[in-house]
Amino acid sequence: MTAVPFIILLLAAIVGYAINIQAARAIRSGGDRLHSLEHFHGLFSLLLVVVPALTLVLIWLALQGSIVDGLVMSSLPSGVLDGLGSGQIQLIGAEIRSIAGGRIFGTPENWKLEAADRLLGYRQASGWLLVTVVTLMSLGLIFFARSKVAAEFRARQGVERITLWLMIFCAVVAIFTTVGIVAALTFETLKFFQRVPVTEFLFGLNWEPQIPIREDQIAAEGAFGAVPVFLGTIVIATVALLIAVPVGLFTAIYLNEFSPTSIRNVVKPILEILAGVPTVVYGFFAILVVAPAIRQFGQSIGVEVASNTALAAGGVMGIMLIPFISSFADDALSAVPRSLRDGALALGATRGEMMLNVLFPAAIPGIVGGILLAVSRAIGETMIVVMAAGLIARMTINPLDSVTAVTVQIVTLLIGDTSFDNPKTLAAFALGMMLFIATLVINVFALRIVRKYREIYD
Amino acid sequence: MTDITSEDSRKALCNPTTEAVRNSLSRRNRKQVLLQSFGIAAILFAMGMLFILLGSIISSGYHAFTQTHIQLEVYVDPEEIPADGLPRGGFNDVLAAAMAVHFPGIDLADRVAKRELTSILSNGAQFILRDKVVSDPSLIGQTISLSVPASDPYDQLNKGLVERDTPEQFRRIDDAAIARFDRLKELGMVSAPLNTALITNADSRFPELAGLKGALVGSFWALLVCFLISFPLGIGAAIYLEEFAPKNRYSDLIEININNLAAVPSVVFGLLALAVFIGWFGLPRSAPFVGGLTLALMTMPTIIIATRAALKAVPPSIREAALGVGASKHQVVFGHVLPLAMPGILTGTIIGLAQALGETAPLLLIGMNAFITSAATSPFDSATALPTQIFIWADSPERGFVSRTSAAILVLLMFLVTMNAVAIFLRSKFERKW
Repeated sequence: MTAVPFIILLLAAIVGYAINIQAARAIRSGGDRLHSLEHFHGLFSLLLVVVPALTLVLIWLALQGSIVDGLVMSSLPSGVLDGLGSGQIQLIGAEIRSIAGGRIFGTPENWKLEAADRLLGYRQASGWLLVTVVTLMSLGLIFFARSKVAAEFRARQGVERITLWLMIFCAVVAIFTTVGIVAALTFETLKFFQRVPVTEFLFGLNWEPQIPIREDQIAAEGAFGAVPVFLGTIVIATVALLIAVPVGLFTAIYLNEFSPTSIRNVVKPILEILAGVPTVVYGFFAILVVAPAIRQFGQSIGVEVASNTALAAGGVMGIMLIPFISSFADDALSAVPRSLRDGALALGATRGEMMLNVLFPAAIPGIVGGILLAVSRAIGETMIVVMAAGLIARMTINPLDSVTAVTVQIVTLLIGDTSFDNPKTLAAFALGMMLFIATLVINVFALRIVRKYREIYD
Repeated sequence: MTDITSEDSRKALCNPTTEAVRNSLSRRNRKQVLLQSFGIAAILFAMGMLFILLGSIISSGYHAFTQTHIQLEVYVDPEEIPADGLPRGGFNDVLAAAMAVHFPGIDLADRVAKRELTSILSNGAQFILRDKVVSDPSLIGQTISLSVPASDPYDQLNKGLVERDTPEQFRRIDDAAIARFDRLKELGMVSAPLNTALITNADSRFPELAGLKGALVGSFWALLVCFLISFPLGIGAAIYLEEFAPKNRYSDLIEININNLAAVPSVVFGLLALAVFIGWFGLPRSAPFVGGLTLALMTMPTIIIATRAALKAVPPSIREAALGVGASKHQVVFGHVLPLAMPGILTGTIIGLAQALGETAPLLLIGMNAFITSAATSPFDSATALPTQIFIWADSPERGFVSRTSAAILVLLMFLVTMNAVAIFLRSKFERKW
């Protein structure tokens, strides 16, 4: 059923194209000079039909579900929803939908069956209505486009104007995405701060988000002080950078200045493989190999080591970041003008001195930009910490302890069933907001440094 | 002449500066060697880690590519499985009887003994038999030969992953169970064929039955949706920004925006999808369509950046020549520049899609980590994806899932390597140096 409007659209587009081309040809064979080539007349019709009708279909399909649901829920017999929370109403809606989809569990009440029937009825009606509207619209647009065909009609300009606007729309989607992210995060975060004061979230030292779902349930009261979570992220990111920065920088220095081309040609692709490994694989590597190895080593020297340490998570994250830092540093070193290099060597510096005292300082801004981007990657990295770090927030900076991280909390709070009306879910969005702001600031700063630095030597 | 030169050089040798330089030279050279060896050590560390990573995953994953099977001669007893009662019937009892033939000492009336005996077979064995009988009811009353998977502990035992030397209480299967299995082995009923179920089965609670079909199908739909959305949008945006956009504040804003989007953590995109696509638009949870939509937003910046680089690489002479013979700006771009830039664009797109294939966090947030035992038939059905399936299996306590997880990772890496190889091939084959 959903495919029908699209098929109609496709047919309408082909028909419109063909009709306009025919018309244009007829004018030309009649001896007139066309302003635009024939196929522009065809394309004009095609775009005129497809763009508005496709927009309509997509908007219709996006809104159809929630409108039909709303109609069904409001048509339920009075009284059945009285005294129910929004979560329970959502559950009833889901049950009606699954009955309509033919998945019936147990023996639902009669009014639910009737509602499911109505749901199917509305869906069908909406489908037919859409088909009718799309057909009429396409026919109208085809006729309109046909009526435009004339010897002096500037079809090419028409086509170009439409494509230009389409391209502008594509470019603006990126803006929409950012606006969507900011809107979604702000909206849910504000709802969170209505329940939990901002000061408690930002400065509280206790993080226990497991609040009771039912009233009679025995559980923690729920505490939303995010400081230990932030601290955990900082500890893990620090461990990661302590590994990634030296290894990445020395790799870049060696590859850039000292290595024979043959070694460079081997090592570079290997580093690219390291960069291309999905993070879920690194996470599994952390729990399969690194964490047991660290624990065994700790036991052998008599140190108590937790099972999911910041060291394992951060260490593996550091390995993930090595290629990131080395490629940034390599680019920065390569961007330093040849004259600086040659000048230092001509003055009698060894290649090592040239690298350490001339090239490296000159490349520092680019390298710092790269490291900042790596920091933002480290605090935003999710899968490694979700799999290898702990769940319980502790105020500790000991990397051998089990610590949690912002991204871990976001994922664990949102996995499972989520309704948007309890602080537990909303807390994840507040954490997401913090993460987004932190990475945004670092990124803007880093990109500015990198760009400015490039301009100096370009 | 010669004398003077040697005189000069002797003088130079006595020059205190030269002397100082010479004396310090070995120290300075040592410093350089130290720097070089640090570099080599760093490279060896990175390569060693990659080696350990791949090595550990391959060494634990290759076990999952075979699966222990038990060959049984099953008498489909009409008393246990009456033809008019299908698909119900005592399939488990029939299998137990087939096993008991080889163990004369075991009394099937003893329920504990019977359970111990049938525990060698996978829980799915009875369903394999059931499907076979249901599809061909004439088998009732005959003796058929059937190869069914062994359950996980015995599979581990057969692959040598259970140490027989460890004391009995630390082992998952006791000595009697091992003895029974060894007897089956002596009888030649145990085989370890290629584990096709890994690709043809969907997920299952039982490691020996769990496969990747659902995840592969889910990833396919998600990537398809991702490609269909991000490819046209990305190219459109890139062409506009590179060829048409006036250099003003607005296009600068869009540009900064795209660069920032490329660096936003993936989990934030998951939050966006959860709040907007699922919360506000009411799209279904766990659906590959929503996953694809989210991945498309993440892939778009990559495609835009790659497309712009490819467009930039087309020399101005092409544009000027086309403009010179009277083409309009649009005709130049769509007729000449874009086709020449296409190999570069495709390379960037494939690399972007490969990144999207490995992306996990946003898919977790939109619920693509559900336990689903059938493959999706449309992008709106619930499904998992390859990386989320890896995450689910990595979280499962059964020993058999460790090797399954590694095998799933190997499958994922295989896809990534293939995609990147295609991208490299395209680049080397079609890239033009101007």
